[in-house]
Amino acid sequence: MAREINREQVRRLMDEGAQIIDVLPAREYGEEHLPGAINLPLRRIETEAVSALDPRRSIVVYCADSA
Amino acid sequence: MYDYRTGIQDWRGAGLPTEGTNTQRPRLVDVVRRDVPTCSLDERLGDVRDRALAAGWDTCVVVSQRQVVLGLLRAKELHADPDLPVERAMRPGPSTYRPYVGVEEMRQIMTERNMESSPVTTSNGQLVGLVRRQDVGIR
Repeated sequence: MAREINREQVRRLMDEGAQIIDVLPAREYGEEHLPGAINLPLRRIETEAVSALDPRRSIVVYCADSA
Repeated sequence: MYDYRTGIQDWRGAGLPTEGTNTQRPRLVDVVRRDVPTCSLDERLGDVRDRALAAGWDTCVVVSQRQVVLGLLRAKELHADPDLPVERAMRPGPSTYRPYVGVEEMRQIMTERNMESSPVTTSNGQLVGLVRRQDVGIR
């Protein structure tokens, strides 16, 4: 279960080297994403997360606005 | 694992930098006037007008202590009875726009609605600055 965090917490985690994951479709990611974010669309996340992510570093997931 | 639930809309709304092809388009964050005068609800209108005019402005944004936009004083309101408190003279609750809105989009909006100016705010309503017609290329 992911823990919900706010913008300031994201910035702090970025400074600490967290992996920022954009789960939007590739086209939307290409148009705009957070600095340094990598694209792992939801339909690919189950198959690719293990190879794409470093389990030793924090992971922050975001999309457009799911609030 | 962490969930940044309010996502990229919240990030853009705060005027923070992003990457990608869309970021090459000019946005309000690039042209907004951050030096617009501000005042509070309980100030005397005449004092605010003098301060704004001395700074070369005919507009003042009314904000709370936390810089949340509450109203706008344009030239017409600024020249009302100088003894009025700002709260009674201002135009309350003006439309606001986020820093990530494109300059071209804003030019269309201001032209269609014949707007003189509009406050630019973060997603939680805090003032970033003011955008005027000339700032988006309207003569």
